[in-house]
Amino acid sequence: MEYTLYILILPLLSFIVLGLMDTKWKPRVAGTIGTAVLTIVTALSYYTAWEYFSTANLNGTYQKIIAFNTVWVQFNEYLHIDMGILLDPISVMMLVVISTVSLMVHIYSLAYMKGERGFERYYAFLSLFSFAMLGLVVSTNIFQMYIFGEMVGLSSYLLIGFYYTKPEAVAASKKAFIVTRFADLGFLIGILILSYYTKTFDFGILTSCDANVFASFSGVTFMGASALSWAMALIFIGGAGKSAMFPLHIWLPDAMEGPTPVSALIHAATMVVAGVFLVARLFPIYITFTPEVLHGIAYVGAFTSLFAAVIAIVQTDIKRVLAFSTISQIGFMMVALGVSGYGGQAGTGYMASMFHLFTHAMFKALLFLGAGSIIHAVHSNEMTQMGSLKKFLPVTRWTFLIACLAIAGIPPFSGFFSKDEILAATMHFSPGLGVMMTFTAGVTAFYMFRLYYRIFHGKAYQTTNGHTPHESPVAMTLPLVFLAVVTIFAGFIPFGKFVSSDGAFYHIHIDPTIATISVVVALAGIGLATWLYRRENDVPSVVARKFSKIYRAAYHRFYIDELYLFITKKIIFKRISTPVAWFDRHIIDGTMNGLASVTQWTSLKTKGFQSGKVQHYAYVILLGTLIIAAIVIFI
Amino acid sequence: MGAIFDNFGSGVIPLEGYIFISLIMFFTGIYGFLSRKSLLMILISIEMILNSADINFAAFNRYLYPDQMEGFFFALFTIAISACETAVAIAIVINIYRNLNNVEVDSLQELQEPESTETKTEI
Amino acid sequence: MMIKEIIFYILALVITVFSIMAVNSRRLIRSATYLLFVLLATAGLYLLLDYHYLFAVQVAVYAGGIMVLFIFAILLTQKPGKNIRPEPLLQRVMAILLSSAGLIFCGIIIYQSVNRVYHYVEKVEIPVKEIGSTLMGTGKYEYILPFEAISIMLLACIVGAIMIARKR
Repeated sequence: MEYTLYILILPLLSFIVLGLMDTKWKPRVAGTIGTAVLTIVTALSYYTAWEYFSTANLNGTYQKIIAFNTVWVQFNEYLHIDMGILLDPISVMMLVVISTVSLMVHIYSLAYMKGERGFERYYAFLSLFSFAMLGLVVSTNIFQMYIFGEMVGLSSYLLIGFYYTKPEAVAASKKAFIVTRFADLGFLIGILILSYYTKTFDFGILTSCDANVFASFSGVTFMGASALSWAMALIFIGGAGKSAMFPLHIWLPDAMEGPTPVSALIHAATMVVAGVFLVARLFPIYITFTPEVLHGIAYVGAFTSLFAAVIAIVQTDIKRVLAFSTISQIGFMMVALGVSGYGGQAGTGYMASMFHLFTHAMFKALLFLGAGSIIHAVHSNEMTQMGSLKKFLPVTRWTFLIACLAIAGIPPFSGFFSKDEILAATMHFSPGLGVMMTFTAGVTAFYMFRLYYRIFHGKAYQTTNGHTPHESPVAMTLPLVFLAVVTIFAGFIPFGKFVSSDGAFYHIHIDPTIATISVVVALAGIGLATWLYRRENDVPSVVARKFSKIYRAAYHRFYIDELYLFITKKIIFKRISTPVAWFDRHIIDGTMNGLASVTQWTSLKTKGFQSGKVQHYAYVILLGTLIIAAIVIFI
Repeated sequence: MGAIFDNFGSGVIPLEGYIFISLIMFFTGIYGFLSRKSLLMILISIEMILNSADINFAAFNRYLYPDQMEGFFFALFTIAISACETAVAIAIVINIYRNLNNVEVDSLQELQEPESTETKTEI
Repeated sequence: MMIKEIIFYILALVITVFSIMAVNSRRLIRSATYLLFVLLATAGLYLLLDYHYLFAVQVAVYAGGIMVLFIFAILLTQKPGKNIRPEPLLQRVMAILLSSAGLIFCGIIIYQSVNRVYHYVEKVEIPVKEIGSTLMGTGKYEYILPFEAISIMLLACIVGAIMIARKR
């Protein structure tokens, strides 16, 4: 399956060409090229998926196929960094997800970004991102994944800061870059520890969980935990940074400063699930050697999920609501991975996590693109400036509603199936955690429908800029409709047939009790939202006033950003950086400047010796001769 | 110095006498070289310096190696060379006088970098 | 032999006094004249040393040739009757300090280190024939090579002096 290489090469070429040509070409040409390339990539991805799932099946288990591999950097006979393409169920699934969403975003952006300055640059960055993300999921080894992860972070940075004349966008891009880079430091250290002991980067060897490979870990401990636990925990930190897990989630809401299609692609569907994908990729190691780390991941995911959901209730910027919703849903995926076992029915969580990743990518991209369509019509992100938009934006409204139902977990929409599996796995692992996740699902339903009602129902729309909102052009509605269709029917894909923890077939069966409970909870959430926001009334403000402290805390995202600012500004900057900077300015620079000025002073003073006056020279020569003679003779 | 006075009037001139004379002449020449500004005065000082060296050559030859003639010939050659040097130097002085209308050594600073504003590098 | 000694001290006095006057005079033409006295006294010293040929050369080349050149140069470059501006005091003081330091330094060394050599070997003057054959000879202690070098240099000096001094 050598042709899979083109899935990577084509976006890279597109990036290079578009980046080099920049404004030489008309925006339309650049957009067309980018979209055309992505269409080919999508077709190739689908073909790869079809061929893989139809041929790689051996005795009911999917094999890993190395479609392409080349040694890139050779350290010694064991340790080398490769560049290659690994095809297995999850990477093929990710190929499909990424290329689909990316293609949709490319098409959508043709209309959404029309007339923007830097349109060509935008498409070049999109191509770069597609290349990096596709390269990340097909990595054959952990170092390749790291490299592509950095490239993903870079393109995310570039795209968040696309409106680089806006100070908020620049600040947000820096924040995203620094936070994810900080997390990637943990990732890198984890990789180094892991590869130091196992002497390999290769996923094939690592995930085989061969006891010989991990033998040198035995007995190595650090601060009460084994070195392997540390390595896996540090690698998870890298994943947590990318996937915006608490407390590294702070960059994702701010990343909404970027163009909305970018949010849909990077900050909802693909990049943010890189952490989930990373954990899933290394899942055999987690489950075999360090289940405690895996359980830690589950608790982090659960907390993040609930935390983000609570914040999402009170946000008024529609993109921020979606951002927190994304954090919450990724928390679901992490929980599912964390509670999963290996193989057979025990691997429900793993399958559910991947399934949710798939469906979430579709409906969250749909939500974001819908939000983009709304913003396109209203020219505002604020909920307070919207209301009763249903008659102006019928297509957007219906697709948005479908996505909301999906994320709330209402059958038969796709979100129901995946979330139900997650809840089942969690309940199986720990009832307490299961109840918590079910409650979070209810909250999810509540805030999504709050969002829906505040946008499309409620108070009448009051135009602020004098023109009535109108439905978006076809290039924008077409992706919405396509994703809505996928969202409706994706739940019926027999996902367990394709992706499972051990590659064997897994038969999804829905636990009626859990399903009923989750649907009831979701309906309760929706009902509450309907009661509060369907028609304009003053109940929400009364409730908000009653719980004003919690409301304000949640509105300010529980002051996590302020905490970070306090730690960085007040403690690190003030107590450490300022003295260090002072030291650098005054001592280091002072020494250097001092050397320079002493040199200058000396040269200024000695310049007079080169006077060009013969008598001075003669004087000095004679004096020197006398002194030397005196020294030689008398001493 | 006592020996000189002891032998005073004995008709014998010590070697040191010649050396001291040449020493005085030499440092007088040095003084003139260092203190005067006129090129011609400097040239006169140089002549004195060379001359003092000649005295030394001759005196050493006569007192220490009376059977040989090295000092004698060196003095001879030095006289010849100083003649050459003076001829060329005076030609140069005359040329300088034509160009600068004086013969002060301080006005000969053309070889030195001119102290103009653009070449002065104040960092 | 007392007369020789007297002559020597007279010459020494002449050299000392006139050399100091030569370098201190405000007028160039006087300096040149004092220099002439110094050179002639030096020639006298050669005579005392029984180097008659050297005496002749000294008188002919220095007193005759070089002094004429000096006087020509002075007359060409100086306006008559005009004194040279005095040099800065600092420069003169520094020069005096350095040259007296050197004088004292060398004097002490000579006084302490040079063995008193009094045995003056009486010899007849070197015959000019011998000088000539030594100058032209090619053997050991004979000076054809320096002689030729000097002669070429003299030629070069003549050409050079003309080249430099001629009017363009």
